[in-house]
Amino acid sequence: MSNSLQDRQSGASFSAAGSSLAEGKPCGKTLVFPADQPLLTDGGGRISPLTIGYETFGELNAERSNAILLCHALTGDQYAAGVHPVTGKPGWWEAMVGPGKPFDTDRYFLICSNVVGGCMGTTGPASVNAATGKPYGLDFPVVTIRDMVRAQAMLIDHLGIDTLFCVAGGSMGGMQVLQWAASYPDRVFSAMPIATAAKHSAQNIGFNEVGRQAVMADPDWRGGRYHDFGVRPEKGLAVARMSAHITYLSEAALQRKFGRKLQDRSAPTFSFDADFQIENYLRYQGVAFVERFDANSYLFVTRACDYFDLAADYGGSLALAFKDTKTRFCVVSFTSDWLYPTSDSRAIVHALNAGGASVSFVEIESDKGHDAFLLHEEMFFATTRGFLESAATARGLKGKGA
Amino acid sequence: MNAAQQKPRVDLQVIAQMVTHGARVLDVGCGDGQLLQLLAQQRGVDGRGVELSQRGVNECVAKGLSVIQGDADADLIDYPDDGFDYVILSQTLQATRQPREALENMLRIGRRAIVSFPNFGHWRVRAQLAFRGRMPVTGNLAYSWHDTPNIHLCTIRDFVELVEQLGAHIERGVALDRAGAPIRVNAPWWVWNMMGEQAVFLLARDVPASRSAQRKTEPA
Repeated sequence: MSNSLQDRQSGASFSAAGSSLAEGKPCGKTLVFPADQPLLTDGGGRISPLTIGYETFGELNAERSNAILLCHALTGDQYAAGVHPVTGKPGWWEAMVGPGKPFDTDRYFLICSNVVGGCMGTTGPASVNAATGKPYGLDFPVVTIRDMVRAQAMLIDHLGIDTLFCVAGGSMGGMQVLQWAASYPDRVFSAMPIATAAKHSAQNIGFNEVGRQAVMADPDWRGGRYHDFGVRPEKGLAVARMSAHITYLSEAALQRKFGRKLQDRSAPTFSFDADFQIENYLRYQGVAFVERFDANSYLFVTRACDYFDLAADYGGSLALAFKDTKTRFCVVSFTSDWLYPTSDSRAIVHALNAGGASVSFVEIESDKGHDAFLLHEEMFFATTRGFLESAATARGLKGKGA
Repeated sequence: MNAAQQKPRVDLQVIAQMVTHGARVLDVGCGDGQLLQLLAQQRGVDGRGVELSQRGVNECVAKGLSVIQGDADADLIDYPDDGFDYVILSQTLQATRQPREALENMLRIGRRAIVSFPNFGHWRVRAQLAFRGRMPVTGNLAYSWHDTPNIHLCTIRDFVELVEQLGAHIERGVALDRAGAPIRVNAPWWVWNMMGEQAVFLLARDVPASRSAQRKTEPA
């Protein structure tokens, strides 16, 4: 492996923090794979040149054995921690990543890259197609979760890391974790698929389709060529986000936070203003989202999730995907997550057991819905710490300061 | 399932002595992971657990143990044949819905099974029923009849009979008296069944060649 790694490294160009992309978005580290190192996609597409935007946190140890790959969810990005350069807000896993936190940056070297098809530095539909000199738009190949993982593996090769100590992520990130464990079992020492599923359900696909249709129904979408016209389908994308956002929360959380409370008024206005706080909240979420996300990217990443069915790649048997794996797994679900319910996680656990894998499974009691994995949940933190600690011992990783 | 019990259980030490070094072990009903930790420390096992209570599971995983939420009735069926050297059911058999199926699954998944259970044939149990006319409540069976999770209680003799029906072989059996001390190996079965407050059995799927070394006494 080391030889091919060298080849890849010598061919890839690397730019340090502070560089920016064609679409003008600020980003941290980027890595460009030239034309002779294309990403060949499951759908028969070819992405070249391929740029990967990524961030790292903490230090890689001398043995290169303490690297953890964090896989982001649908609309996440490489900014798992620290201040997000576009929104100015904390990273999406700020609760989990940092000094002394469960993903302890004093101890582990954390890598997080923007998925292929995304819009925060990695090549996606908003990137310029070298063949036309214009943004790809719908000419971008439809990518899969496995394509995302392939691109991540190219990055990990470039960083000179043979085996990842852990691959962790929630939701779509959890799908990538499962795909990593199935595609590269020898390169994944431990894996944490969180609030996720081994395949998208009809309900999942249905919600995604609503979002895509909202984008496509916006006249400013212009068949995906909105970049050429200097417009953006902001309304459609905002509606997509609003409907998706509801699926990330639980009924109990919505009730507790908003109930039927009115927004800055004492009585209904008998109009279609945002009378209710929940309406105002969702509108805000929609508007905030379009500031940072590309509408076509939303189509592509939701599609990647829909196509995900890990068992299908192994003759319909999920257990075969993990047969004789040495990877240590910790599967986590949350009680009030109805988007990726505990039954989805349990199916993964059953397959891992049938494959003889080392697996822990914890269902965390939370009323915060699917988004619970991004929030402060003590039991989830304790689980992550315990799991990583035992994996670190098994891997022979020295403790902090040792 | 037994997460609520505070004191270290005597039977755990007996079980640990039955497990070989470095074995692959599945502990069904592992509670807060006490036995798995003991086995890891004393026997260096590759241990996994199944536990019904979420609290127990969470405690185990936070301790670094590989444990999943589930139970003997619903989840053993998903484990492949011969996946483990030992499958342990410690003080849990009496709480399963289908003890016979649980035992069959254990002997399918593991080369050996270890089962510990409270003996309903103990003289105190018999005495409470016989002389007081009340459902027994003892140190090992601390629940009232209406709130007990123990729905399939048996005596040592009952258990031995079930093992024979399953065609399995008892490699070792230990009955522990009220103080937790093992009862003499050469005592007759009726003494075990009367004086043993709990019992621990090491079962093998088939009859080994060296059976002559084992007890041949029939249950009284």
